[in-house]
Amino acid sequence: MDTAVDIARAVREGRRTARQVVEEALSAIGARDPELHAFNHVMADEARAAADALDGRLARGEDPGPLAGVPVALKDNMCTRGVPTTCSSKILDGWLPPYDATVVERLVGAGAVIVGKTNLDEFAMGSSTENSAFGPTRNPHDPTRVPGGSSGGSAAAVAAGMAPLAIGSDTGGSIRQPAALCGVVGVKPTYGRVSRFGLIAFASSLDQIGPFATTVADAALMFEVIAGHDRRDSTSVQEPAPAVLGTLGRGVEGLRVGIISELMDGVAPDVAARVDQAAQVLTAAGAKVDTASVPAAIYGLTAYYLIAPAEASSNLARYDGVRYGLRVEKEDITETYLATRAAGFGPEVKRRIMLGTYALSAGYYDAYYVKAQKVRTLIIRDFAAAYGDFDVLLSPTAPTTAFPLGEKTGDPLTMYMSDICTIPSNLAGDPAMSVPFGTGDDGLPVGVQVLAPSLQEPLMFRVAAAIEAGAGDA
Amino acid sequence: MSWEMVIGLEVHCELKTETKLFCGCRNMFGDEPNTNICPVCLGLPGSLPVLNRQAVDFAMRIGEALHCEVRRSVFHRKNYFYPDMPKDYQVSQYDEPINVHGWLELPDTSRVGITRAHMEEDTGKTTHVGGGGRIHEAAYSLVDYNRAGVPLVEIVSEPDIRTSDQAKAYVSELRAILVATGASDGKMEEGSMRVDANVSVRPLGGGEFGTRCEIKNLNSLRSLGRAIEYEARRQIDLLESGGTVDQETRHWNEADGRTLSGRSKEEAYDYRYFPEPDLVPLDPDAAWKDEVRGSLPVLPAERRARLAQLAAVEPADTALVVELELDALVEAAVNGGADGRRALNRAGNELAANLTAARTLDPAAFTALLKLEDAGQLTPTQAKEVLGELLEKGGDPAAIAADKGYEAMEAGDLESVVDEVLAAHADEFERFKGGDQKLMGFFVKLVMDATGKKADGKAVSALLRSRAGG
Repeated sequence: MDTAVDIARAVREGRRTARQVVEEALSAIGARDPELHAFNHVMADEARAAADALDGRLARGEDPGPLAGVPVALKDNMCTRGVPTTCSSKILDGWLPPYDATVVERLVGAGAVIVGKTNLDEFAMGSSTENSAFGPTRNPHDPTRVPGGSSGGSAAAVAAGMAPLAIGSDTGGSIRQPAALCGVVGVKPTYGRVSRFGLIAFASSLDQIGPFATTVADAALMFEVIAGHDRRDSTSVQEPAPAVLGTLGRGVEGLRVGIISELMDGVAPDVAARVDQAAQVLTAAGAKVDTASVPAAIYGLTAYYLIAPAEASSNLARYDGVRYGLRVEKEDITETYLATRAAGFGPEVKRRIMLGTYALSAGYYDAYYVKAQKVRTLIIRDFAAAYGDFDVLLSPTAPTTAFPLGEKTGDPLTMYMSDICTIPSNLAGDPAMSVPFGTGDDGLPVGVQVLAPSLQEPLMFRVAAAIEAGAGDA
Repeated sequence: MSWEMVIGLEVHCELKTETKLFCGCRNMFGDEPNTNICPVCLGLPGSLPVLNRQAVDFAMRIGEALHCEVRRSVFHRKNYFYPDMPKDYQVSQYDEPINVHGWLELPDTSRVGITRAHMEEDTGKTTHVGGGGRIHEAAYSLVDYNRAGVPLVEIVSEPDIRTSDQAKAYVSELRAILVATGASDGKMEEGSMRVDANVSVRPLGGGEFGTRCEIKNLNSLRSLGRAIEYEARRQIDLLESGGTVDQETRHWNEADGRTLSGRSKEEAYDYRYFPEPDLVPLDPDAAWKDEVRGSLPVLPAERRARLAQLAAVEPADTALVVELELDALVEAAVNGGADGRRALNRAGNELAANLTAARTLDPAAFTALLKLEDAGQLTPTQAKEVLGELLEKGGDPAAIAADKGYEAMEAGDLESVVDEVLAAHADEFERFKGGDQKLMGFFVKLVMDATGKKADGKAVSALLRSRAGG
């Protein structure tokens, strides 16, 4: 499939119709999705109608915007008016959101065509998309392997050419890790850069929406559309979205790049080798590469598994069978709560609700939640110190390439380790993205993570573009 | 043994904002159920709260009016399951509230400390059908989310209150302040002001506080007073018979006149408070605080003090008039030369009885009337008559008095009328002299009739008494 940049240009210039583009995407979905299960819900009729409407506007001489006619897949935790939005959970059975998420409004407002809702680990809790009530998604590079998670459906959709762009959400690495495992570009912007309004919350202080794309330029194009202040999200940053696409080619000459030593430990040697190789690409392009240290990063995973479940335990309380979604009717309200939630949530969600409830309980709050917040402060401080010496930082995105389905489902702690390199950026609130860079010894894609200071996405994208440019030789 | 009560009050007050605390839905009492709702106040998945600036403004007004330190605050989530809470947590302020360390002055000039006055969202309203109105026994329950997300300020007093009357005075005063600031309409009967009372008892003279009970469901000042009295009595009886008080929540039952045991300390919820990650800390800048301070009206305590000084009375004597918003009228009269006490009396009685008309009463006419009475040119009875007409039709008090034929009687004229009346009823006069006080009224009426009501009732009584040799 063509890139989003090419599609939008062709559609705006009248060389292709939005309808033609959508039909191509739908036929790709028809061909690949039965095997991969990237989609929970394909919006074929809506997509065709939207494409026809766009073609009508184009025929009248209107410009639908920078994403004119570009098919986009949405992680199924983004609210879409009147279209099932499930979080891959039985608990939201039958619920139709009465509103569109801000990110959906912006995409549609820029001319994008939503083609469907993609599979995820239930409520975005997981690293393999195996925790879905509707069955796992498979990796397009090897269907016996996981696509990563939690945004595995979106990553697989883009990797398999079913959509040139997809939206994911990243709470501890849920965009970047599946992007790495599927060999696509995945971006977690600065916390607050993209409005969370309409994103069904997992952990509110960590959740951030971002793009999946096959190229850095496509990701930049999508980022420009979805970023920017939204008054409906109180945590949304005030600054207007920066221009990124136009600055991608400025190169990395003179930039100081630090490889985070703490995040190279325990990483598979073939993955670590690719990170070093990406660093060499940057050196060759004129950057100064050295070893950086973010000491508190090693505590990120532990702090994350207190903060994220704590917030989740509260965010997911509302799924109680009273107002919407699944209700298992019992004799009284307490029994109804218990039966509904027992039937509606899967094991990983229950595990995290319990973890979080425990961490917030009287007598444990200071020892767990408060302490984890202190670690978070340390991580922010250590990143700030590192950014005193470096313009951007580099690390692996995930410690391994895609692993086989079922390999880690029996051992949550091993599964949690998949996000060890991505979690620190969520805790710090800083932007980070994964760029495909060669393959591991098993021939499966490897992702290199580029991390930048808060609000410095243009810099981050520039470095990613330079790595991408050198990836062809990897 | 003598006991004393130790009372602290928690007052929830709904703010009179146009819209709810975190969304644009109308904040309106009494609309059709579930009509003022949206994804945000229904807590639908993906929705996020946005703080209402007007609600913050009102909360700050309340803080300033209660002499609080208004400071940076943080919203927390209070987690518990109940169907009237769409998110199954309530967004409230916890250990970093917007207003702390204030006080409120009662009409008797005593002060009650204010621990805090924090912001939070209201819940929806459940109606349990069947099963005696309790959720677990109900056949079904109805939920109205119109109230969900309505902004509240919870005002927590220090345990400074010692009597039920003082508790009632506190609530009245607080209501007056809330209304004066424009932050709330203070209607207890509509639930826009809800009071919980923490009551304990201890031996008179101080010492450690006793174990307290929190009494809920107090919907009127009367309930508040009765519940406190009942609860204190219950606790004293328990202690005097060798028992102990258990810390618990108790519900006031207005019909039975009793408090009933609710949730015990052991059964208390663990609310798992933590900072609300969907909102940022609230930190009003100096300019905003100055603006709020500058826009506050003169508050009841200050108005009482001002009027008391002007009228040369105690502040408590001005409470009613200030409460009725008649103090400006009284001030105008006193400044115009009328007697302060008389002005307060007329305002607190005759004007209070006809408040609607009193609101449009010409201060100059009121002043002129009072001065006629002060000068003895009108008797109290006549003054009330003239005031009645002033309230009804307006006009010039002197002209009205003249129309009614009210001219002050010379003392000598009155004496001769009295003597004529006594002479005409010699038998009754004899019995009157013999001590039959019932005849006082009989003679007063005859004299008043004979003078065409021009006589001063008090002067008539005095004359009659002196004639009777008393």
